[in-house]
Formats: sequence, C-alpha cells, structure tokens
Amino acid sequence: MSMKFDDKLPIYIQIMNYMKKKIITGEINGGDKLPSVRELSTKLRVNPNTIQRTYQELERENLVFTQRGMGTFVTEDKQIVKNLKKDMASDIIESFISEMKGLGFSYDEIAEVVKDRTKKEE
Amino acid sequence: MSYILEAKNLNKSYFKKKALNNLNLSIEKGRAVGMLGPNGSGKTTLIKIAAGILRQSSGEILIDNHEPGVYTKSVISYLPDRNYLPKWMKVEDAINYFNDFYGDFDRNRAYELLDFMKLEREMKVTSLSKGMTEKLHLTLVLSRKAKLYILDEPIAGVDPVARDKILDAIINNYNEDSSMLITTHLVRDIERVFDDVVFINNGEVILSGNAEALREEKNKSIDELYKEVFGE
Repeated sequence: MSMKFDDKLPIYIQIMNYMKKKIITGEINGGDKLPSVRELSTKLRVNPNTIQRTYQELERENLVFTQRGMGTFVTEDKQIVKNLKKDMASDIIESFISEMKGLGFSYDEIAEVVKDRTKKEE
Repeated sequence: MSYILEAKNLNKSYFKKKALNNLNLSIEKGRAVGMLGPNGSGKTTLIKIAAGILRQSSGEILIDNHEPGVYTKSVISYLPDRNYLPKWMKVEDAINYFNDFYGDFDRNRAYELLDFMKLEREMKVTSLSKGMTEKLHLTLVLSRKAKLYILDEPIAGVDPVARDKILDAIINNYNEDSSMLITTHLVRDIERVFDDVVFINNGEVILSGNAEALREEKNKSIDELYKEVFGE
C-alpha cells in the first residue's frame, strides 16, 4: 500500500479519499479489517495521530466501525457504499464542469465533448 | 494542558548578536513538533538551551516543569547536528558508551535499530559515510526511553533512501508517552510526521499551529507555507 501525497490538502482528507476509493472499487470489502493505526502510519510514513483522525472521520461518515480491542472494520451496509460512490462521482463531475466553464464551454458543448470522448472509448 | 517544554520570554545574545528574542513556545506532551526556520534563525540555540548545553541570557525555560539541569538531561534524548563520537570508537563501543551513560538506554532496542539501519557493530565510526553516521546517531538517540526527543536536522545531507529509513525509524519510535521536537529546513520530506509546526525567524516565533489546520486554512502544504513565510 503506497500513495502519493499532494500536501496542499490536509493529509487526513487525502488518506480518507484513498481509503474511500478502495472501498468503492471493492479492493477493500465490507467487513474487512483495516490496518491498525500504527501499521498504516508506518506504511505511509505519516504521523499516527493523523491516521487516528482519518479513522475517526471515516467512522463519523459511517464507512467504518470500531470494535473495541479488535480493530476498525469496513461497513457491510451496501447502501452506504453506493451513496459514497455517487457522492464521489458528483464531486468529480462538479469540478470537471467548473473547469470546463472556466475554459469558456457552454453546458451543451460540455455534454457534446463528453459524448464524443466516451464514444471513442467504445 | 500539560507541557513537556515551556519557554517564556527567552533571550540569548552572543555578544551583540541576538540569537533569541523574547521567544515564547509551548510544546504539548505526546506531540511531534517541527521547528522550521532558515539557517541562523535561532533553532539550534533554542535546542541547546533546552538540552542544558547553553544558558539563556534572560527568560525562563521549563522541561517537564523543571529548569534545565540533571533531571532534564535525564529525560531529554538529544541528537546534535554534528558528529560527537570519539574517533577511536566502533559502533559497538558507541552503544556501550551510551549504555553506561544513560539509565534509560535499551541495548536490545539499539541492536534492533542497528539491524534496521543495516549497520554492523564492528564498523569504525570514522569509516561511516555521512548518511550512516546520521543513522548511527539516530539509533543511539532513539534507543533511550526519553520523555522528549530533540532531533536537530536529522535528515540534512542524507540521500533520499537513507532519508526514508530515518523517517521510518522516527515514525516507528513515535508514541504517546514521549514528545519530539525536530528541526529542519528540509520541510517537504518530513512534514507528514509533524502534529504541530513552529516557524522561527530572527530568534522569534513568527507562526505556529497544528499542521493539518494550517494546511486547511492556508490551502498550502507546510513546505509551500515555509517558502511563503521565508521567501523574498
């Protein structure tokens, strides 16, 4: 497990996003145990308090839960993961659209280029 | 709130030159604090006063609620920014030396760290490269069970691979019962280790705070913030 940091964003948020992606893509499954705070801190070379914070925030968003003395586990609620996927997608779309608007594209033109581009892939 | 280090209106002059200028600083227990500033900003002076090597001209400094002295030296593990081991020593001698000197030295831990750093007990201190010397010093310093670790430029002049090794050793050693004060001007490589950062210039604290909060507030990495604060 390794990740590249863009230190502009708070690090706990970057690690949260990294974990979220893994949960969405199924690289980490519902019910899986996350590495311990110390393990992850060593792997990512990040202060353990930052990892602690990451886990707390993930727990607040109900994506993980802690079992005393056992560790931190990924939620088995599929709906939560589905919603997470939707949220992350809409974040990406949001920022894409605002960048495109910044380049002077209209909504119709944006839809057009996206359609062209996705067609090419198929 | 309990502090491991508290400095109040600390001043230090070397003849006419003011190295510390009414400096105020508090470090909470259990935190890793980065002290950042350019060369000559007063970082090492502050550290030497904390370690009991220099005395302030005026003001107060408390380590674990004690003035620098025999007690504070027993709870501080200090990594100086230069080589201090006698030339005749081998790595093993250096470990014996520390073991004799410090009651809180853990020999087994030292051997583990040596292994981790890929250093041999038979190596002569004078034959070590700069990176290896730094690794040896860090091994010695981290093998003590101290309340406050003070690391002065632990990664300066060390190649990137050795740098990662040193960072790993620092992170693995980190625990809630001890605090760390790390000075550096190589902010980028080490900023993810810090809970809090303190910017020092001309002997004064010019900015301090929680590293994550600063990133959030300024929308910048600590490295970028450093360049902004100290750049032209």
